[in-house]
Amino acid sequence: MDSVVNALTVSLYEGLVFGLLSIGLFMTFRVLDFPDLTMEGSFPLGGAVAATLIARGGLNPLLATLVALFAGAAAGAVTGLLNTKLRITALLSGLIVMVGLYSVNLNIMSGANISLLRENTIFKMVGNALNISGIWLSIVVAAIAAAIFFFILRWFLQTEIGLALRASGNNEQMVRGMGADTNKNIVITTAIANALVATAGALIAQNQGFSDVGMGIGVVVVGLAAVIIGEALFRPRTITQILLAAFGGTFIYRLFITVALRVGMPPQDLRLVTAALVVLALAIPFARKKLAGEWLPPATRS
Amino acid sequence: MPDDKHIPALRMVDVSKIFARKTLDEVKALDGVSLDINEGDYICMIGSNGSGKSTCLNVIAGVFPPERGGKILIKDNDVTNLPEYQHAKYVGRVWQDPSVGTCARLTIEENLSMAVLRGRTRGLHKAVSKSRRTSFKEALEPLGMGLENRLTAPVGTLSGGQRQALSLIMATITRPVVLLLDEHVAALDPKTAQIVMELTDMVVHRDNITALMVTHNMEIALRYGSRLVMMHKGKCIFDVAGARKAGLTIPDLMKAFEKEAGEMLHDDSTLLVSAAG
Ligand SMILES: Nc1ncnc2c1ncn2[C@@H]1O[C@H](COP(=O)(O)OP(=O)(O)OP(=O)(O)O)[C@@H](O)[C@H]1O
Ligand SMILES: [Mg+2]
Repeated sequence: MDSVVNALTVSLYEGLVFGLLSIGLFMTFRVLDFPDLTMEGSFPLGGAVAATLIARGGLNPLLATLVALFAGAAAGAVTGLLNTKLRITALLSGLIVMVGLYSVNLNIMSGANISLLRENTIFKMVGNALNISGIWLSIVVAAIAAAIFFFILRWFLQTEIGLALRASGNNEQMVRGMGADTNKNIVITTAIANALVATAGALIAQNQGFSDVGMGIGVVVVGLAAVIIGEALFRPRTITQILLAAFGGTFIYRLFITVALRVGMPPQDLRLVTAALVVLALAIPFARKKLAGEWLPPATRS
Repeated sequence: MPDDKHIPALRMVDVSKIFARKTLDEVKALDGVSLDINEGDYICMIGSNGSGKSTCLNVIAGVFPPERGGKILIKDNDVTNLPEYQHAKYVGRVWQDPSVGTCARLTIEENLSMAVLRGRTRGLHKAVSKSRRTSFKEALEPLGMGLENRLTAPVGTLSGGQRQALSLIMATITRPVVLLLDEHVAALDPKTAQIVMELTDMVVHRDNITALMVTHNMEIALRYGSRLVMMHKGKCIFDVAGARKAGLTIPDLMKAFEKEAGEMLHDDSTLLVSAAG
């Protein structure tokens, strides 16, 4: 019983905090139709900036996290600018920034990692204030962060600017015809997406007590898995549902991985299981239609 | 200051456009076109395949700039080298393909919200407000398609004709200085094409919109509009308005084409298709 509760609570924390990353990925991959690899670099960037500012600069952890958010936004903006100003493809722009960020992160930390064990963090601040600790502390902090971004994004994506961003990923010709600068929209979206990813990185580094230059490896696949699972299971339509589905998908993905590890899956199989999970999630809507006897159009590349 | 009425809605001055320059495929899609469109003009533009009609509309909409030396003035504003999204302040457009004019993933009301902000600065206000929703309903009702009751339906669930009618409303809901229609009923079945054409005519007259409509259908070109322009090999070869336009017949058009283009027309269907489409 205890281990069930434990698996659920750990997954809940991870679902909330990695949910921010999933939403960032959703903004670029889905909203903008821009396969953005920057996040493999902006995730550890967030961790590196926050950890360095806290451990070496003695900065307030909240402020350090905020700076990490802006650092992520800047990284995303560079990707967007490479794409719109230099006409480098989306995939390549993200790849270039991701590669460059590896050195940037090493330089920021003057090394491959920084420990936060003896430093003040957002988690310790909240823990002292509310007198809680352990996994519930992690959940509370992650939930506050998730709620803040959930409400901001739910509002923003329904504003005039937010609507133009959403339209840009769907039909650029129409968006330009309606007088909106699609190039500007691309840069805004990649900036917001990577701001979210970097924030997730900053929070996770503070919770695990260290920041590591390698902590971004594979986050695109993990985020993609979460988004796809959320879409397949919840079939969200409205903005509110879409954002909630990203958190829900991340939670379920994390729960699955946690349970698999506990029942004895060797850790080296983690990626293989993730890959299988993505295929499974993609197959659900397909199978659903097939079982319902619906006609299926021929396969396309998109 | 000259009276506003005397400034043409749109002036094209010596506009040329060359594609694939300095290659074997070089095409002069527009060849020194000068055209004044006056306020209230309702122009039907006809011409054979590849005569430069779409290129003409694309240059006006700012999809690409004309060759050096050409000028595009909209209400006396030089927009020649402005990007497409800045032309949008003056220009409303309906494309041939119903999927180009609308966003399939967004709802009807979200698409219309994009449209009411054409040419205006977008801010952090709610995109679909209560008052906007009311005005969307009013704008959609005259279509008689029941779209006003489906404001929250994704546009991807509409038929081609419904999407084209919605595109028309989107292009005109903020009154454009010029409305550009590029064979906007050509992708529809004949009956739906007829309905959308009638709606277009209704909206253009009701709102007294200045319109430039490309069509391949000579009957449409004769029945609708107050002026007729014929394109051939990137040039404007024939331009009539008023009573002369009203009295035109298909044989008149053929004769005009033969005379101006200096070519024999073997078969009307090869160049100016008169069949429905
Ligand atoms: N983007 C482009 N790149 C290269 N050539 C082009 C391009 N757009 C148009 N052309 C060429 O310019 C010429 C004029 O094309 P345009 O599309 O304006 O003709 P149109 O009058 O609209 O013809 P249609 O009736 O077939 O639509 C054609 O020879 C066409 O092949
Ligand atoms: Mg054309």
